[in-house]
Amino acid sequence: MSILQICEWIANTSVSVGIRESIWTYPIIESVHVLGLTLFLGLLLLWDTRLLGFVLRRVPVSALWRQLFPWIAFGAIIITISGTLLFWSDPVKFYGNVFFRIKLIALLLAAANAAAYHLGIERKLVEWDTANTPRAAKIAGATSIAVWTVVVVVGRLIAYNWFPPLA
Amino acid sequence: MLTWFQWLEHSWLGTAVNNSLWAFAVIEAGHLLALAVLGGAILVVDLRLLGFGLKEERVRYVGETAQPWLIGGLTAAIVTGIPLLSSLAAGKYYVNGAFWMKMYFFIAALIFTFTFRRAIVMGDDARANSHIGKITGIVSVVLWSGVGIMGRGIGFY
Repeated sequence: MSILQICEWIANTSVSVGIRESIWTYPIIESVHVLGLTLFLGLLLLWDTRLLGFVLRRVPVSALWRQLFPWIAFGAIIITISGTLLFWSDPVKFYGNVFFRIKLIALLLAAANAAAYHLGIERKLVEWDTANTPRAAKIAGATSIAVWTVVVVVGRLIAYNWFPPLA
Repeated sequence: MLTWFQWLEHSWLGTAVNNSLWAFAVIEAGHLLALAVLGGAILVVDLRLLGFGLKEERVRYVGETAQPWLIGGLTAAIVTGIPLLSSLAAGKYYVNGAFWMKMYFFIAALIFTFTFRRAIVMGDDARANSHIGKITGIVSVVLWSGVGIMGRGIGFY
């Protein structure tokens, strides 16, 4: 079964048909997606700039993470569920959209960057919790800002069918 | 008011955005990024007022930290919003109910944020942590969510 065939199967599920045929469901889910984005990305940017050493320097990195993480995670859950539903409503269209594919790649890069931070320099956090953030943490913060900027920009551009659908 | 909207749509800015295939989409993506920064700056303070998020830090410190983000996000949102509005000011936005609702929410949110909310966040710590602070946080979230929801609504109106 090819990816396209899976997308066609999804498009025939009752949830997919239901979202497509409703006037209000898609706009509501999309609004939730945008509001979830402000929660997730707004707080994540604050975290990234702390890693860069620009803000909240009086707050230990561990204390900031402990306080921000539940809300960043909550935002992530909201945008993941709403985003999956948006995809679910018209999977064949999203599959063929070049910006959607770039977005998926950027999301993978964001995940890889986060994993590299948590499995890498964060393990030595006791050494720099209240000191200047090390170079690896700054790179992780800057990479995160750059990659998430790409995610948002190409995410918005999915709405435009400037290019013919990809196979 | 309609005259101003017509003038805006026929201004060099309006025609430039309208005649370009890419301009509207790219500026709109920038508008969305500005929204993330602005929304984050608002939410981090509102969550703190409600006793969530950065609850170990003083309200005033969170507010001072968020201030440049708030101003920066707001500036970016307005700078990107004006060309978006100009492109179809009279033809689309003037007759769009969601656009006007967004503007009413936006004006209310701005006034509330820079008067009452600012006084609470930058003022007495005990008051900021009282039920007055919580009410301030709820009103702020509601007003700014209204801006976001109605903004998204423009495209579906």
